Amino acid sequence: MKRWGYGVAAVLALAAGAAQAQVAVKLGVLNDPSGVYSDIGGRGSVVAAEMAVEDFKAASKGIKAEVVSADHQNKPDIGAAIARRWYDQDGVDVILDVPTSSVALAVNQVTREKNKIFLNSGAATSDLTGAQCSPNTIHWVYDTVQLANVTGGAMVRQGGDSWFFLTADYAFGHALERDTTAVIQKNGGKVIGSVKTPFPSNDFSSFILQAQASKANVIGLANAGGDTVNSIKQASEFGVTQGGQKLAGLLMFINDVKALGLKTAQGLVFSETFYWDDNDDTRAWSKRFLERAGRMPNMTNAGVYSSVLHYLKAVEAEKSKDAGKVLARMKATPTDDPLFGKGSIRPDGRKMHDALLLEVKKPEDSKGEWDLAKVLARVPGDQAFRPLSESPCPLVNKS
Amino acid sequence: MFTIFGVPSAALFGQLLLGLINGSFYAILSLGLAVIFGLLNIINFTHGAQYMMGAFVAWMSLTYLGIGYWWALLLAPIVVGAFGVLLERVLIRRLYDLDHLYGLLLTFGLALIIQGLFRNQYGVSGLPYGIPRELTGGQNLGFMFLPNYRGWVIVASLIVCLFTWFVIETTKLGAYLRAATENPTLVQAFGVNVPLLITLTYGFGVGLAALAGVLAAPIYSVNPNMGADLIIVVFAVVVIGGMGSILGSVITGFGLGLVEGLTKVFYPEASATVIFVIMVLVLLVKPAGLFGRTA
Repeated sequence: MKRWGYGVAAVLALAAGAAQAQVAVKLGVLNDPSGVYSDIGGRGSVVAAEMAVEDFKAASKGIKAEVVSADHQNKPDIGAAIARRWYDQDGVDVILDVPTSSVALAVNQVTREKNKIFLNSGAATSDLTGAQCSPNTIHWVYDTVQLANVTGGAMVRQGGDSWFFLTADYAFGHALERDTTAVIQKNGGKVIGSVKTPFPSNDFSSFILQAQASKANVIGLANAGGDTVNSIKQASEFGVTQGGQKLAGLLMFINDVKALGLKTAQGLVFSETFYWDDNDDTRAWSKRFLERAGRMPNMTNAGVYSSVLHYLKAVEAEKSKDAGKVLARMKATPTDDPLFGKGSIRPDGRKMHDALLLEVKKPEDSKGEWDLAKVLARVPGDQAFRPLSESPCPLVNKS
Repeated sequence: MFTIFGVPSAALFGQLLLGLINGSFYAILSLGLAVIFGLLNIINFTHGAQYMMGAFVAWMSLTYLGIGYWWALLLAPIVVGAFGVLLERVLIRRLYDLDHLYGLLLTFGLALIIQGLFRNQYGVSGLPYGIPRELTGGQNLGFMFLPNYRGWVIVASLIVCLFTWFVIETTKLGAYLRAATENPTLVQAFGVNVPLLITLTYGFGVGLAALAGVLAAPIYSVNPNMGADLIIVVFAVVVIGGMGSILGSVITGFGLGLVEGLTKVFYPEASATVIFVIMVLVLLVKPAGLFGRTA
């Protein structure tokens, strides 16, 4: 009996020792799993986070990582409430993904207040690293300035010098229109009109008619998801391209291209920072993702994977999950992963990497269900994203 | 050319025409709802899901069976209508004696389940469905470019609405239906199979939703949420027109399409809410709706 008691005590002591060496982190994927943006982030981003934890072999490196998820319903108040609960009660250390710019800005505030970590992949607004930048937020994948620079810049260089915007009437649409307008004007073009469309909308025909009447040579779509699909589908119906006007889908994901079908979408140019068929590494990872999630990953899913990897690396190096230490380590260490290649994180929270200019393939050039686009150009990060010298972020000005 | 409040008249005509086209969808959908409410006293919240199912049946028959748009116009209402008949027989029937609220809860729950199942299977981005070859292209009307397909939508919608009104208001079958709603026991005493009549009416109303779904498939994104977005507006249309009034729902459907179209020109930000503002105003002045009879 006594011997048995010693045995138990020894085991307990060992277990306690192991627990001390181990860092337990909780990663919260906060996105829209069932609404308009569920194909952009949704369950795919949860799968991506889990894949990152497995690929990093976190358990063998003394990190116990748990992935949880929640639905923010694309509403800022709900997103902020979940973030608060996660940080205060549920012990979540990092919030991931968060598409829908208005929600992302709310979570940005809460994270700063609670001194935790926010790695955003899903949202577009450049305000996350601009006027509302935070030391606790890293904007991982893309933003409205980069979309404007890459897609907008390419359109203007092709001769599209007068623009009319169809703008989704909320934070994201406004930011995208603002940033694209700046690029157009810098390149000598002009904006001759815009219409704010209720979000989400089914019918864009009325707005397309206004855009046609404007005689602008480019119609810029400052919207996303179902709004983009509907507006492109209806623009094709109303003969926009036959009338000599060009469409610029300023934020398109490969899911949108698939929804439109190549017949309708062919020839559209758009910008992503990740495309599954870009190189051997992205292809290999995407095939694994496809098997688990049932569809090919888009740049948001890839961003969640990449950001979790980098976070876990920092936790491993610091042997701690202290937000200040981990953030400092993340920003000091260059990023490197199979999906986005080499990159870095700037003081304003902007993650830097190349952006791709893609063109939707013609139906006859497509070799498979997901063979949707070809890479036209690779734009280096310092040309795609807003230069630090122009950043309105107070963190930059002070340093 | 003259201008109205700074908008060229030509542009205005174009917008009015587009409003009428959107009104066509409101009219067909609210017609189905009105028929079901008028004859069954059920507030059919599954209507949006059934509209979505119509579009999906069109997509499935093209993708899996190679059946094109024109046959889908016939097939989808039959398939989805049959599904409606099943729902009525198995579930909705049990609620006729209870308060409206129970029917509302049941159909709302069903809508969520159906949408969830489709979302699981197909995601939300949507599925591609093209305009049928015969209706591609368009006409230059001078003041606007009218795609042939949109012209067809107005025509089809008018035919369906007139046909439904004609059947219910002037034929013997319609007379049975109206009598069965007034006094089912008496009509049954005359040897009319009232439960069957009601089942078929529900199937017909659901079929109308599916037809609207097929009409919408080539121009709107075909996705599991397409009906959820639309159904709330359509309910407002039915309430404004007067619950259960068939003529009211058709006229209000087209009328509100026009109002919405005008709003999109003068103050686009409000175009998603204008219908609800009108609903509030109408309910304040005429609580039974524009064409409704006060109970």
